[in-house]
Order: sequence, then C-alpha cells, then structure tokens
Amino acid sequence: MRSATISVLVENESGVLARVIGLFSGRGYNIDSLTVAPVERDQRQSRITIVTSGTEMVIEQIKAQLGRLVPVYRVLDLSREGPHLARELALIKVVGSGEARQEALRLAEAFRARVIDASTESFVFELTGASDKLDAFLDLMRPLGLAEVSRTGVAAIARGRSTIT
Amino acid sequence: MGLFVPALNGMAEMDGSMMASETMASGAETLLRALVAQGVDVIFGYPGGAVLPIYDALFQQDAIRHVLVRHEQAAVHAAEGYARSTGRVGVVLVTSGPGATNAVTGLVDALMDSIPLVCLTGQVPTHLIGNDAFQEADTTGITRQATKHNYLVKQSADLARVVHEAFHVARTGRPGPVLVDLPKDILINPAPYAEPSAAPHASYRPRTTPDPARIAQAVALLKRSERPIVYTGGGVINAGPEAAKLLLEFVRLTGFPCTSTLMGLGAYPASDPQFLGMLGMHGTYEANMVMHDTDVMLNMGARFDDRVTGRLNAFSPGSKKIHADIDPSSINKSVTVDCAIIGDAAETLRALITAWKQDTTPQNRDALAKWWQQIDFWRSKNSLRYTQSRDAGSVIKPQYAIEQLYKATRGRETFVTTEVGQHQMWAAQYFRFDKPNHWLTSGGLGTMGYGLPAAMGVQVAHPDALVIDIAGEASILMNIQEMGTLAQYRLPVKIFILNNQYMGMVRQWQELLHGNRYSESYSAALPDFVKLAESFHAVGLRAETVDDLDRVIAEMLAVDRPVIADICVDQKENVYPMIPSGAAHNEMLLGPEHKAESGGYTGNSVTDEGMVLI
Ligand SMILES: Cc1ncc(C[n+]2csc(CCOP(=O)(O)OP(=O)(O)O)c2C)c(N)n1
Ligand SMILES: [Mg+2]
Repeated sequence: MRSATISVLVENESGVLARVIGLFSGRGYNIDSLTVAPVERDQRQSRITIVTSGTEMVIEQIKAQLGRLVPVYRVLDLSREGPHLARELALIKVVGSGEARQEALRLAEAFRARVIDASTESFVFELTGASDKLDAFLDLMRPLGLAEVSRTGVAAIARGRSTIT
Repeated sequence: MGLFVPALNGMAEMDGSMMASETMASGAETLLRALVAQGVDVIFGYPGGAVLPIYDALFQQDAIRHVLVRHEQAAVHAAEGYARSTGRVGVVLVTSGPGATNAVTGLVDALMDSIPLVCLTGQVPTHLIGNDAFQEADTTGITRQATKHNYLVKQSADLARVVHEAFHVARTGRPGPVLVDLPKDILINPAPYAEPSAAPHASYRPRTTPDPARIAQAVALLKRSERPIVYTGGGVINAGPEAAKLLLEFVRLTGFPCTSTLMGLGAYPASDPQFLGMLGMHGTYEANMVMHDTDVMLNMGARFDDRVTGRLNAFSPGSKKIHADIDPSSINKSVTVDCAIIGDAAETLRALITAWKQDTTPQNRDALAKWWQQIDFWRSKNSLRYTQSRDAGSVIKPQYAIEQLYKATRGRETFVTTEVGQHQMWAAQYFRFDKPNHWLTSGGLGTMGYGLPAAMGVQVAHPDALVIDIAGEASILMNIQEMGTLAQYRLPVKIFILNNQYMGMVRQWQELLHGNRYSESYSAALPDFVKLAESFHAVGLRAETVDDLDRVIAEMLAVDRPVIADICVDQKENVYPMIPSGAAHNEMLLGPEHKAESGGYTGNSVTDEGMVLI
C-alpha cells in the first residue's frame, strides 16, 4: 500500500467531477482528499487533486482509468514524478478559556497559524501546510477545546520547471 | 470550442429537401443532418413526447430509415447487433424518462463488450430540468457509469458539434456506447449546422500505434518461446476484418497454437488446425491446459476476464505474458504482465509480423513440435464429447442440436446471436465460426434477452443473410415482444430455442454447488412456442425427439419468414468442460463421458472460496 497524490487536468464541463468521483466509488478506490477549481483564466480547465491510497497495481489502475475519461487532458502521479509540494489549508475553531486558551494561542504561534477571528471564548485559526502538519496541530488542539474544523484538501504541484501540461 | 461553422455558411450548402431555405433548421433537422453526415442509414427507436420533433423530422426525409422496436432495451441490443455485424456505429433513439431508463441495460451491455453506439435520448426542455417534470429522469447522471461518455446538450450552438463528437468517441479507441441527451427546446429551436471537425479532440486522443520497442521486446520473447500460445479476444473483432486477416497471417507464420475468448470467436477460423477452441470456464481441455503450461503468452485484445483466468493466483503460473490492448486500463488490471503493448489490434499485429520477419533469431522449432505433440495428446481427450442416441424417440442432446444446425447452415452466409445460459455456451462450443463479426453474444454483462433484438439488428443490416438466435426458453421471454418487430419489417430471423424447461445454467450451478436444490429455476407455465410464433405472424416448429430434429432445422432454414423452432432437449444436460469458480485451469471438470479417465469428472469439487464467486 502507498499513498499517491494525483493531479488531473480536466475540461471544465458540467459533470466532470461526478465522472471522477463516480469512477472512484464505482471501482472501490479510496479518496483521502479531493480538491477542484478552475485554473485557467478562461475557466476552461480545472485541476483536480486527489490523494488516494492503494497497492501499486491499484494506483496504476486509477491513473489509467482517469486517463480514459473523455474530458481528461492529463493525469500526473506527483508522488512518482520527482519532488513536489503539497499544501492544505484548515480553519480551526477552538473554544475555551483560562490556561487552555493561552496554551492554544502559544501553540498556534509555534505552528504559524494565524488568528483570523477571536471572541472572549474562542479563536478561529488559519493554518496552511502539509497535511501531516495540520494533523499534528489538530491533535494538539483536541484537549484544548477543538470545536470545529474545515479543511480544503490538498493542492499539489511539482517542484522546478516541469508542468502538468 | 467554437469550431462550428457559422450558421449562414452551413445554410448555403444545405440540400433543400431537408429544411426550409431561408430560416435556420430546427435542432431536430440539424441533428438528422449530422447523422447523415456520419453515415447513419438506420436508427432503432421508440417515440415519446420529448423526441416528437425528431420523429417529425424523420417523417419528412428518407435518408435515414427508422426501425420501430417494441421496448427500448431491444433498440439498444438491435443497434449492438447492427454495429457488431457491420463494424459501424449503431444508433438508438428513445424518449426521456422511461425511454431512457429502459435503454440502460443495453448501454451497459455495449459498454462491457465495447460496442460502438450512439444513443439519442429526449429530455424535458432545458428550463424544466431539475423540476421533476413529467417524464424527466437525470439521464446523464443515470448513464454516466453506463456509457463510455455522455452529453447533455444545453445550447443549440453545441448540438452539431456534440453529435459529431459522440460518433467519434463511440468508434475510436476502445469503442463503446455514447449517449446524447437532447432537451425538447433544443430540438425545436433553430440550431446551426457544423461539419465534423478535422482537428483532433482537445482532451480525448486514444493511442492506436504500438510502441516499436515493446513490439521488439514481444518478438524477442516469442522467438525464444518453447510453449507459446496466442490468446485472442473481442479487441481483434473490434479492430475490423483486417485485424482478423493479420491474426491468421501471424499465427501461420509462427506456427503457434491459438485460442479465443467467447467475444473473440471468429477472429481466427475455428476450423483451422492451429485453433484450440474457446478457453475459460467452459473452454476446451486443450485450450485451458495450454494456458496453464505455456511459457510465453500473447494476449491480443482480450482482458484477462475472470471467466477466462479462473483462480488468479493459479493462472498460467510459469509464463511470460505479453498483453496487447487499445485500452491502457486493461493492462495489469487483474494479471500483471511482462510486456504491455498499447495499440489497435490490426496495427499491433502488422508490427509484430514485420518485426518477426526482421528478427533474425531462429525459432525453436523442435520445442514447438514437442509442444504440439503435448497439445495433440490433450486434444485426444476430446473434451467436448457427448453421446446422442439415435434410437427412435430418443431425447435430443442440446450439443447435437447445435452440431446439426451448424452442418445445415454450411454454405450460407450465417450470423448467430445468443441469449444467455447453457445454450450460449453450447453455441460457442459446437458452432464453428470462421469469420469475424458473425458471432454476437452478450459476454461481459451476460444479458438474457440480448439475442432476439441483436439478431433483428443483424438482419436489418444484412437482409439476405441467414440470422439465427440460439436461445433458451427462459431468456427468449425477456424480449419476446420483438416478434412484433420481426413481423412488421419482415425480418426472417430464426429463433432456435434449446428448450430444457429450466434456466439450465442456474440449474447446473444448483446441482454442482447447492445440493441439487433447484430453487426457482424451473421454467413453469411456458407458452406454447409454436402458437406464440403463429400469433406473431411467424412460423412455429417443434422437434420433440431426435427423429424430428433434421426435418425441423431444414424447414426452419427453408422458409423466408421469421421462425421459432422449439427444440425440446435433455433437461438434465450440463455444460462441460467446466472450470469451477475458484479452481485453476488444470483442475477443470470434464463431463460424465470422461468419468473413467484420470483427472476426469469429480462431481462436487467446488471449493468454499469458489462458492462466493459467480
Ligand atoms: C437479465 C438476466 N437475468 C438473470 C440472469 C442470470 N441467468 C443466467 S443464465 C440464466 C438462465 C437462462 O435460462 P435459459 O434461457 O432457459 O437458458 P439455458 O441455460 O437453459 O440454456 C439466468 C437466470 C441473466 N444472465 N440475465
Ligand atoms: Mg433453458
């Protein structure tokens, strides 16, 4: 088993996301995270980033199956194409007071999380980073009054000059 | 993508017959014009509210013929029959809602067997979509996993481009069904015409030319092989008759044995001595033993289907595997291969032949001769052997019925379709196909009810040919309403029912796996098929004993009308050989005829893991 970060460049037409998701559910593949947004100025192409896991054979299948979809331009397994960057953003609400509240704020600073909302009993932190960094921060917040989380899922791109197109 | 020709340019070239001269054509008219440009001469369909504008346009032209079926599922199977027997794209036209949902089984059938179709569905007007309007169904949503691709046309300007693109996607790469959902307002409103674009598709570009390095690698493996096998599938059929010719050339050139999947039958001539018969669950002993013991396997356009491989971890354990397929997702899906070649089967075979001739490595002819000796030994078991008593009044063996039918049809251009069950396997085993595109069966989905409408589509495409649906008494009832279509269009399809009064394939599994508990598999309250035929203006015939068989076959073939021949066969006969689910190729069961021999019939030998497989 391994984890794979797969970037898919697709024609931005209606139903394209349903095709991708339907492929994963229909064939029993995992989706650990999925993001999608238009990436061209004219909104014609979207980039879907999927973090999935499976045996090497399954991941190869996933790539081949994605490549078979008519509106798919390109499928790239970033985890195999050399070094890449993967980032996620999370909005994290922590509710509490007293020592726990102070501790949450100190840890947030250590993690370079930004406070984007505060009340006398709560903070909303904004944190960007690799998924495991977000996970580590959330683990620390749990005993300190972690109340709600919203995560974007992973956006990823290769290092250096090479591009998906 | 803005590639359509502006409306007025298009108008200038229009032939006045199809549309008014000053005003832009309606969507329905533009649709038909695009179909004509795609070479469509016949549509299988069924009308309804949402597609009335198309029916109105059809009424006012005569370039395209419409065949009215009795159920939308049958329209799709008929288009499959048309497509499979001609190599062209089959076209279906159905209405919204129930018309579209009735077509779904046929679409999945075509998807599984890679049959090129374009299915046009009506839809409620764009402004009503999502409102649960009358006869609205989310057709593109429902058929997303049932098609190779589908479209909802939301703007008149897209109509012609989408229709052309649908045909392109259906017929190129690994072929398959493509659906175009057409809201009623799009059909009524003016829509500009555009010629098919010559520019390549932006994102869809299937690879057809094989990588020369892989071809060289494959030839190197094959040249050094001692126990080779060529295993072919439906991909060779899809690649067209040229691929079948090249296959014959390649197999002759190499001297290799050749076997085929159910879907590939006919690509290699069955009567050629290098052909080992079908492989897989009900394949011949020699084909499966060869697959098990081979050292280099060349898979041409087959997909290592579970009916073929048996237990995966015991499948051909010692072989190097070469897999040539047009669909990259077929590679390493279930069986890991040593050499993958992505490409069209004809192009791949042509490249293999050239490379084989150029490669100066001598072939190991001695090893090959020994391999053939071994094969001849396996062959001598005669695994398809059965015994037909000729005593007066004897029960007809289903295998014998097929053999006699086969003999009686020699010398005629014959197409065979089947339903699904034991009769399908017996047809595959005992009818010999020497040409591609003459054998049509539902392989991947196994759809009972496929055979009659598919035969209809074949007969429409080949009015003078002999078209036979080899059927079971249960399956035939699934689309029996199409007898009406046969009558209306005077399609002289012959329905040859192997009537064992059981869902025989179900009964066989219940006998072998479920302690002879024949739960719900008896065909009770069957109609009188002779009278049923007559009520549909067809000829009804019946053979009750072996004495009747040849006469009934002769009569059936002699009449130029649709016929149902009700052939009463042995109710207890099972299909052998059989690789039980969960077993390896070299653990196959031979029939009762082989009881005395070692490695023969062993009755209930299905493993527990096998029980959960189907
Ligand atoms: C639409 C559909 N429903 C159920 C099945 C499962 N099934 C496979 S074979 C079979 C029995 C077919 O009986 P019959 O047509 O009499 O053929 P026989 O096996 O007796 O030759 C059934 C029910 C199927 N393949 N297709
Ligand atoms: Mg039966």
